[in-house]
Amino acid sequence: MRFALTDEQQEFRDAVRSLLADTCAPDDVRAAWADATLAGGGPGGGDGRVRRAWSALGEMGVLGLCVPEDHGGLGGTDEDLVPLLIEVGRAGLPDPVSSTAGVVVAALRDHAAPGVAATWLPRVAGGEVAIGVGFEGAGTVPAAASLDAFLLSDRDELHLVERTGVELEPLETVDGARHLARVRWTPSEATLLAGGTDDLREGFGPVNETFDRAALGAAAVLAGLSRRMLDMAVQYAGERQQFGVPIGSFQAIKHQLADASLAVEFAEPLVLRAANSLALGDPGAPAHVSMAKAAISDAADGAARASLQVHGAIGYTVEYDLHLYMKRAWALAVRHGDAAFHRKRVRTAVLGV
Amino acid sequence: MDLNWSGAEEAFRDEARTWLEANVPRPSLPSGDTAAGFAAHLDWERTLHDAGWAVVSWPRAYGGRDASLWEWLIFEEEYYRVGAPQRVTQNGIFLLAPSIFEFGSPAQQDHYLPRMSAAVDLWCQGWSEPNAGSDLAAVRSRATRDDDAGGWVLSGQKTWTTRGAFCNYLFGLFRSDPESERHRGLTYFMVPLDADGVTVRGFGRLDGDEGFAEVFLDDVFIPDDDGTPATMERGGILGEVDRGWGVAMSTASSERGLTLRSPGRFQATASRLVDLARQRSSDGQLTELLADRVTEAWIAAEAYALYTLSDVTDIAEGRSPGARSSYNKLFWSELDVRLHEVALELLGPDAELVGPWTTGYQFALSGPIYAGTNEIQRNIVAERVLGLPRK
Repeated sequence: MRFALTDEQQEFRDAVRSLLADTCAPDDVRAAWADATLAGGGPGGGDGRVRRAWSALGEMGVLGLCVPEDHGGLGGTDEDLVPLLIEVGRAGLPDPVSSTAGVVVAALRDHAAPGVAATWLPRVAGGEVAIGVGFEGAGTVPAAASLDAFLLSDRDELHLVERTGVELEPLETVDGARHLARVRWTPSEATLLAGGTDDLREGFGPVNETFDRAALGAAAVLAGLSRRMLDMAVQYAGERQQFGVPIGSFQAIKHQLADASLAVEFAEPLVLRAANSLALGDPGAPAHVSMAKAAISDAADGAARASLQVHGAIGYTVEYDLHLYMKRAWALAVRHGDAAFHRKRVRTAVLGV
Repeated sequence: MDLNWSGAEEAFRDEARTWLEANVPRPSLPSGDTAAGFAAHLDWERTLHDAGWAVVSWPRAYGGRDASLWEWLIFEEEYYRVGAPQRVTQNGIFLLAPSIFEFGSPAQQDHYLPRMSAAVDLWCQGWSEPNAGSDLAAVRSRATRDDDAGGWVLSGQKTWTTRGAFCNYLFGLFRSDPESERHRGLTYFMVPLDADGVTVRGFGRLDGDEGFAEVFLDDVFIPDDDGTPATMERGGILGEVDRGWGVAMSTASSERGLTLRSPGRFQATASRLVDLARQRSSDGQLTELLADRVTEAWIAAEAYALYTLSDVTDIAEGRSPGARSSYNKLFWSELDVRLHEVALELLGPDAELVGPWTTGYQFALSGPIYAGTNEIQRNIVAERVLGLPRK
């Protein structure tokens, strides 16, 4: 029994944290917005990507982390990637790291025909392609116009569709760095990546596993976003003076931030455990992912709310950075299943009703 | 990350489970916070001790079995799963003992620890006073040096002392430097409750049990410890004179952290909650809203269990959880209330009847109050973990 990151995982995480601090500063996130006014500054005209951070992650090996070694990657697992996705959240990086390096890689690695895997995996590891993931129902994908391909579900089938095979309907989102689009496409033999399943366990099979991995990715990013917002609130409360003292000395502020951080502190272990379960194909993995996504979605909403309140009016402006992370948290809290959706999955697993 | 138990740990679990299932008293004992119930619980404590299960993680010489913290967690899981009795020895074995291991002299360890694990010495806590609750550093009970007699004279009043009326020893803080203020000049004393000048008066808690006591000390003499059992039986000092605050804080961190509140306790409650919800569901009484609340509470119990695993990993690898134990205390105490609140909602109109859930609910409500109120814990988290300014 050992429930902690390995030294190696911690070192990799620290390296990614510092890399993203350099390459994905708040103004880089702002520049990913299309509308400079809504972003609160920046050049405008962004497409939901921070390319210098993306290429730096590629060079560091993050994008190929879970790609098997014989396809040019590092042969890592969800457990290795999830701590890095937390850093992606902390930086507010809008790029499709979770979908490309986590969800798509696993689908190609575990379910694709060898030829298909051999075509795509080295390109992912080389940082040459960015791939999004969308599921039947919502059918939306972020940073869509910038992507090279899409992993899409159709009933119990997974399809990998190139950019030329889809039509995109751009959607207006609260977080202007999302660049979400509804994807229209037609499944065909040519796009089929994996269909049906030999795995008869309830909740498994390619589409279910892909959904779980996408939900886990969102959960990890939410953990990082929550930490970022709370760090900002703590720093601000330590500096901002009213009544002649820092506002962070007031218990009304202390207790709000203690409660918000408490929820994040106890949601994060659920996220790490789900990564372990998914990596091992544990039969509890779907429920574990849902526990994580339910808890962190609520915790992130709470962190956003407390951080905004602690900042007061300055947090209510777009010139201040907080909104960049808060709006992302709102988006991801409802992406790939909101808290209520995931609690219902847990409920079925635990209560049987 | 390795979330599997080893073969040896699984064998330990089997052994603990088998023994507990064969030995746990049925029907369950009356509350240990009443005079009659306490006596029955003492028999159980001695049964545990004789079979080597009283303090599994302690050295064999003191009545333990040198088990790892991981095995301790496993034992606790099995203990609560089978519904074994509350531990009336807990204030000694979980709160005082860690401080004796850390601050006690070898002679004190050899004297007090075996008697504690054998439930010969039964310890209660003497911290709170009528005017020192959350503000523990405001204690006024005095310790006055008597060089002629060769010892200390204690005077003052302690209160909210759990099971004080049934225990025979008390540990607590006394102001030994009359010129001192706040957390300086305090000394950590161990006091026999049958000493001359001690008066103990029990009184009812919220649930009606005489679980509380006030302890009056009127010139109680504690002889200097010369390292012999004869003096140690008459009490003593843990750690250095005037340095009791540091010793007390080590005890406080045990109380707030994981040693007192193993995840097994809440996982067992969460399992019983799920059983109750299933029963309601088969009666057609489980609403969507309640099913969601049960699930939310279940997830929180899982989160607590996992958080504990990371705490134990840290401790096993030499990293101290420190002020993070305040997170722990906030979470388990609120989790316990929540588990019981949801159960009462499931019970509907039956929630006014005396039964395990209503008793448990009243007990759970003490969690956010004792061991440092949750308001104090939030201050500690804010100041020492997050780094917000004290003033």
